[in-house]
Amino acid sequence: MDWLNAIVQGTLLGGLYVLFAAGLSLIFGVMRLVNIAHGDLIVLGAYLGLTVTTTVGLHPLAALVIVVPAMGLIGYALQRGLLNQTLGDDLLPPLLVTFGLSVILQNGLLELYTADPQKMDAGALETASVTVGGLTLGVLPLLTFGFAVAVIWGLQWTFYRTGLGRAFRAVSDNQDIAQLMGLNRRHIFGLAMALALAVTAIAGILLGIRTSFDPSIGGGRLIFGFEAVIIGGLGNLWGTLAGGVILGVAQTLGAKIDPGWQILSGHLAFLIILAIRPNGLFPRIAA
Amino acid sequence: MGTILRLHDLSKAFGAVTVADALSYEVQEGEALGVIGPNGAGKTSMFNLITGTLRPSHGRVEFDGRDVTTMSPARRSHAGIARSFQVPQPFSGMTVFENAMIAATQSAGLYGHHAERFCIEVLDQTELLPKANAQAASLTLLERKRLEMTRALCAKPKLLLLDEIAGGLTEAECSSLVQTIKSIHAGGVTIIWIEHVVHALMAVVERLIVIDFGKKIAEGEARAVMESPEVKEIYLGIEADA
Repeated sequence: MDWLNAIVQGTLLGGLYVLFAAGLSLIFGVMRLVNIAHGDLIVLGAYLGLTVTTTVGLHPLAALVIVVPAMGLIGYALQRGLLNQTLGDDLLPPLLVTFGLSVILQNGLLELYTADPQKMDAGALETASVTVGGLTLGVLPLLTFGFAVAVIWGLQWTFYRTGLGRAFRAVSDNQDIAQLMGLNRRHIFGLAMALALAVTAIAGILLGIRTSFDPSIGGGRLIFGFEAVIIGGLGNLWGTLAGGVILGVAQTLGAKIDPGWQILSGHLAFLIILAIRPNGLFPRIAA
Repeated sequence: MGTILRLHDLSKAFGAVTVADALSYEVQEGEALGVIGPNGAGKTSMFNLITGTLRPSHGRVEFDGRDVTTMSPARRSHAGIARSFQVPQPFSGMTVFENAMIAATQSAGLYGHHAERFCIEVLDQTELLPKANAQAASLTLLERKRLEMTRALCAKPKLLLLDEIAGGLTEAECSSLVQTIKSIHAGGVTIIWIEHVVHALMAVVERLIVIDFGKKIAEGEARAVMESPEVKEIYLGIEADA
């Protein structure tokens, strides 16, 4: 029962990692951009949530209504104003620029909010739980996992069932031809980043309800996101869901053996999968 | 019937390689113009200059009464220029229908059911309707060439640029494609067609220009140009008095 419990809790924890990873997966899929600042953008989402909850007095989940569109706008502006200029045949400029952006975000947040750990107060939601078949499940982790599945399903639906998704796939497939078909690549990339940061806002707020956060934790979130994307296979959204869950389960199983092994066992699982399947479990894009 | 395309003194060079050298000509609305010339003469580069993927170092491109020389490829596509590629370049991860829809929604600016109905019409005309839900990557060469044409037509072009669309096809495939191109031309679309398969070209175009080293070396009524000594000498490599 204990092990089953660890697996179920790990699956739910994986939901949070899926939310960390979904934006990365989307951006890499559409424009082959590796966004080093992604973790810090998650933290930015958490701080925006904190500001909205403390100044307007909204419940953190209600704050999503403001933070999600705000992050979307930031994403579009960031892509059009900065990141589009770095995209080209060379992979290095976007890496360097997003690394710089990461440094700026961390220090900006440090300046604005100080280094004190913060936490969002979600009231009774934080401790509420339900008992299913002898397992006690937290409502917040269940909700997080629900969000993760909904986000992946929603992105998948957008990609394969809407005109916007068709445009994403066309640009991802062949940018030059897409331009000749009348697609404005810069605008499409802007929309993709807006969508990615909207998801990042959800990730940031759920992170900020679950644990305390400070401006320096972005790097760790980035690593979890990367690992989930790579375990699942680049460019495959359902794969990203599987990757997040595998990472979460590996961590809770490791913690079950020894509480100090939680993070380590997640990284080990990642390394083992990478050694056996260098392209991840369900790759869509050949590396 | 006015002039739809005017190239004026267009020049472009990559280092020592000249792909366009003071190139000037006009295309009338509703016309079908053929372009021939040896490999590397600058024919495809000329298309790139017209669609905007190449910027000329000198000269102007006027389309539909407007100077489009500095316009982006996407805006020229909206203005009504569409092309097919010599080596078909479908969005290979998408279905035939989705490929068509990209052009219809983005370039022609159609929405929803209008876009879908229009794509079905075009797919019917280009004989790809039975393959509408097939992945573009799974198509044969003829089907890929037809997809190139479908995508170009779904953009509702005023000017259609065909780049060696008959190349690499069997005789039967080629003649079925020529029929399709004839029907497109009969529908009022202006066509510029680069082609090495001369008999296919001659079945459609009224006028020919010959390009070598980025320079226009002959222009005129198709048969007269084909029989001119310049073409025999430079294009076919036969000495004029041999």
